[in-house]
Amino acid sequence: MNGSGGSATERGFSASAVPAGARGASGPALELRGIEKRFGTVYANRAISMVVERGSVHGLIGENGAGKSTLMNIVYGFQSADAGEILVNGRAVVIGAPEAAIAAGIGMVHQHFMLVETFTAVENAVLGVEGGLQLAGGLARARRELARLAGEYGLEVPLATPVAELTVGLRQRVEILKALYRRADILILDEPTAVLTPGEATALFGILRRLRSEGKAVILVTHKLREIMAITDRVTVMRQGAIVGEFVTRETSVGALAEKMMGRAVGGPLEKPPVQPGGTRLAVRDLEVRDGQGVVRVRRVSFDLRAGEIVGLAGVSGNGQTELLGALAGMLAPSKGTISLGGRELVAAKVGPRERRRLGLAHVPEDRLGMGVVAGFSAAANAILGYHDRPRYTRGPLLRMAVIREECIQKMAVHDVRPAAPDLRITAFSGGNQQKLVLAREMDGEPSVLLVGQPTRGVDIGAIEFIHRRLVALRDAGKAILVVSVELEEILGLADRILVMNGGEIVGEVARGEATEAQLGLWMAGVSGEGRG
Amino acid sequence: MLAFVSPALRAAGDFLPAIVFDFGGKFDRSFNQSASEGAERFKKETGVAYREFEITNAAQREQAMAQLAKRGATIIVAVGFTQASAVEKVAKQFPQVKFTIVDAVVDLPNVQSVNFREQESSYLCGMAAALASKTGKVGFVGGMDIPLIRKFALGYLEGARRVNPQVEVFQNMTGTTPAAWGDPTKGAELARSQFGRGADVVFHAAGATGLGVMQAAKDLGKLSIGCDSNQNYLQPGSVLTSAVKRVDVAVYTAFKSAREGKWRAGPIVLGLAEQGVDYALDEHNRSVMSAKMAEALNAAKSDIISGKLKVAEYRTP
Amino acid sequence: MSRSSALPRWAEWGLLPLINLGVALALAGGVVAVLGESPWVAVKLLVAGAFGSQEGIGYTLYYATNFIFTGLAVAVAYQAGLFNIGVEGQAYVGGLGVGLVALEWGEAHPLLVLPLAMLAGALGGAAWAWLPAWLQARRGSHIVITTIMFNFLASALVTYLLVNVLIKPGQQSPETREFGPGAMMPAMHEVLGAGGIAFAASPWNIAFGLALMAAVAVWVLIWRTRWGYAWRVAGENPTAAIYAGIAPARVIIGSMVISGALAGGLGLNELLGSQHRILIDFPGGAGFVGIAVALMGRNHPAGIVAAAVLFGGLYQGGAQLSFDLPRINRDMVVVIQGLVILICGALGDIFHAPLLAMLHFWGRARRSATG
Repeated sequence: MNGSGGSATERGFSASAVPAGARGASGPALELRGIEKRFGTVYANRAISMVVERGSVHGLIGENGAGKSTLMNIVYGFQSADAGEILVNGRAVVIGAPEAAIAAGIGMVHQHFMLVETFTAVENAVLGVEGGLQLAGGLARARRELARLAGEYGLEVPLATPVAELTVGLRQRVEILKALYRRADILILDEPTAVLTPGEATALFGILRRLRSEGKAVILVTHKLREIMAITDRVTVMRQGAIVGEFVTRETSVGALAEKMMGRAVGGPLEKPPVQPGGTRLAVRDLEVRDGQGVVRVRRVSFDLRAGEIVGLAGVSGNGQTELLGALAGMLAPSKGTISLGGRELVAAKVGPRERRRLGLAHVPEDRLGMGVVAGFSAAANAILGYHDRPRYTRGPLLRMAVIREECIQKMAVHDVRPAAPDLRITAFSGGNQQKLVLAREMDGEPSVLLVGQPTRGVDIGAIEFIHRRLVALRDAGKAILVVSVELEEILGLADRILVMNGGEIVGEVARGEATEAQLGLWMAGVSGEGRG
Repeated sequence: MLAFVSPALRAAGDFLPAIVFDFGGKFDRSFNQSASEGAERFKKETGVAYREFEITNAAQREQAMAQLAKRGATIIVAVGFTQASAVEKVAKQFPQVKFTIVDAVVDLPNVQSVNFREQESSYLCGMAAALASKTGKVGFVGGMDIPLIRKFALGYLEGARRVNPQVEVFQNMTGTTPAAWGDPTKGAELARSQFGRGADVVFHAAGATGLGVMQAAKDLGKLSIGCDSNQNYLQPGSVLTSAVKRVDVAVYTAFKSAREGKWRAGPIVLGLAEQGVDYALDEHNRSVMSAKMAEALNAAKSDIISGKLKVAEYRTP
Repeated sequence: MSRSSALPRWAEWGLLPLINLGVALALAGGVVAVLGESPWVAVKLLVAGAFGSQEGIGYTLYYATNFIFTGLAVAVAYQAGLFNIGVEGQAYVGGLGVGLVALEWGEAHPLLVLPLAMLAGALGGAAWAWLPAWLQARRGSHIVITTIMFNFLASALVTYLLVNVLIKPGQQSPETREFGPGAMMPAMHEVLGAGGIAFAASPWNIAFGLALMAAVAVWVLIWRTRWGYAWRVAGENPTAAIYAGIAPARVIIGSMVISGALAGGLGLNELLGSQHRILIDFPGGAGFVGIAVALMGRNHPAGIVAAAVLFGGLYQGGAQLSFDLPRINRDMVVVIQGLVILICGALGDIFHAPLLAMLHFWGRARRSATG
């Protein structure tokens, strides 16, 4: 991923900084003219023309599959356009590979960081642009340059610590530093806040403002409309591969953007009748879970899940939520503690995922493609995953293919899964439609408890709304629901009661009505407040 | 029937000899190669070309022989005991075709079975090994653990014991699959381990695997004993002698007698007396085999030929 | 970037294998030309040898029978995400079971002996696969390693038994005596002859029909039963399998046992159908060829049958080739077979991307031409 072209090497070392943005001639920092990209018969990008000015933060929004990622991959050289032109500083450039993009002064911070975890920030920054055999001298120079950049843009990071020991927010800074070290004047950030706590996100926006004031051009790719409103100067909206609108941010509104994005008006905030919790369905006491290396990932976790309520589990990704879900679903064996489902103890009895499903515990996993579906299978085959030995699907050892297919069509109709094609491979469906099918599958088993991990991860706005309404409807039907999400907005919208996890422990609990984003953010960041109330 | 005919085929009635080699292949520098040399010698002397086939799987034995018979082969020599069942089947189907099998017995009116008394040459090699050994320890590396190889091993052991009743004989087999006949690396390893335990002469009866045994002996400055072909020339000065088995003579004689109409079905057993087996003495091993040693071996040899000395033969259970 | 774009089915299943085969044969032709023979003549000999006569076809399908059994064995394990390299050994031990039944009850009626031999073959193969599977499931020993080692153990076991116990007395060759008449798999030319169809003699026997039935059974098992479903989930996405409550140990043991049982089918063809005795190394590498067959057949029974017939043809045609062109010795035939395995099996996807690009290009050219 890292540039290793000769020109990039020289650029890395001509440290006598040319004033940012002043390089080259006139014209906007980045201009795209008539970009086209087609996969088979589907246009991923169609007649895309846009201008990104120096000294601005430019938002790029659109639903999943709108073509944002393809467009940015073209700009960064991962894919090549079928037609169209890319101009940097008014001059046409050919970008056939990331090396060429770096040479043209374009940097990208991916959603999944491209860092070597055992290397320090300095080593990561010089990776691919080491230049010369004398690495030591180069490293010293690189360290000075990085320190200078860090000071200039407010990107303080420990330069000599292996990246693996840094928090996610700091790693992201290393990525930005890396791009700046390669003398990027145009910086693309792909969903940068997805992995950050609210506090870290705020700090990131500060950095982006600094970059803007220094004359850099920043492209922010996101689906979070509030971020667009908070930080960008202009915003481009994409739908179905084409640009459907371009706005000056302060002259538009969240509602207008959402409508453009989806091509229709959006419903208002989620309406929920007041919560009327019933008896306890799932009781967790003093749970401890260790991972494969024996590291404690979940400690001293206790809570109850009652019929007719949605409990939201908030927290920054990687704070034990995944392991907690795994343990509740029976995929991980806890090292301590108890879990009771409808009064029946599960841990000591070693009740596995299969039996738990029979006992009425359904699970929509966080990692849909990694766990919730089998990528090579059809929609119909995926619609029985975990339920494939239920009597209604089998006759002796044989599967009743017609019944399976018929039920899949029904599920698709009820849950608005499009296209309603049971024989289509699951990966041919959009994230939202995959998720709706998974949800349909887990709900059809008539569970009493539903565990839902990241219900709307990688799901477009239209589907988010649908999924949220379904979950509320289930709650009202008396199910006990645990929603784990890193999206605070989602937790605040859905949950009747909120638990916050940090470092494997539940560090805070609050009823929906009393929750403030600020308090939750502090808990998520590990700043202890009054704890569980 | 196939629509095409190979140019090598002659009109019916001509004399057409053929030979089928077994897994080891005709370039194994040992058993099969010796057979090949006999066929070549016949070709050189008579100008009569022969057909040949090297098998790669068990079913091909029968297929190749039937194919050759159908295409007018007069005599088919099958090299190796593994071909016995195929010869039995095909010889029944083609009673007018002559078959000679080496190293096995097939009792049919059109099959000649040539066998060797390997125990006799092995006995002499055992004696040579014990006479040459300074440590009183000698080694044996076989290919697969099959009756034929046990025959070699037993003769070798007896010969060594005759010279030195206290002799220690290490014995290893290379493997359990036919790959054991073609693994010089493993052969070298086994020989090294035997040398490491104190042996200073190692006899191999392992086909191409033995090449590794001989290389190891040369590298460590020890002695090896070759097998089947005269292998003294392979590592001159470190090969003590070779247990020669004149497969070439058997093949040559079969072809020649068939051409001259003197070929007879039935069993033929070749030992020291018939010069079918022997130990090898030539310019390549004169430096390691003293005249005294050769004298002792020759004395034993004439005792065996005269029947004064009986060498035990390994019997299958 | 993920290569999400898939080829149309006709290209994936029809054109791509044909291109692979063509390239492999072209390369092999180059080798033949270097040896000073005409590649054209060689290919003609190869094809005519394999498919140009009744006898050739008989031998081709006889070899193919072995490869169908072993290819299916590899594929069943592969569908469950397991790389069973031990098919050779499982076929060896399974064949031992077949042979022991044939030796013991060879005089009884075939309708009694043959089913019993089938059962023994399946049990022997299954047992030899069960142990590595158990070691993987309970002890975490990697199945690739253990199955390789079990090949050697099988070989040692059968060689020991043949040399010391089962050998026909008074004989050099480590082989048993011939089976009784009840334990002979009827040859195809006899069956066809009884039906009034004259067919040249060859070792092709009704085990071929059993192999085809096994292929259908494997298809049903993998794609139409809940067990096959569970195995495929585990094979495609082990995490999803755990999520779905599919116990990995049961998948490993279940699929391996079936895999081994299929491998045991080789003994029916090789021992009851052709050799009529137990002899050293009768699987003759068919277990390893089965890996290539499964790869080339995309682990689907239909593809495996097709690939097995192709490999059977290579075996038979290759023998014919070295028979008629002495300059192409058996080692060259192995090289040619190796090229086909390499290009069609191991590198089966190298022409995927170019073909995809070409289809796109054609599609675009046609669209721009018409509108």
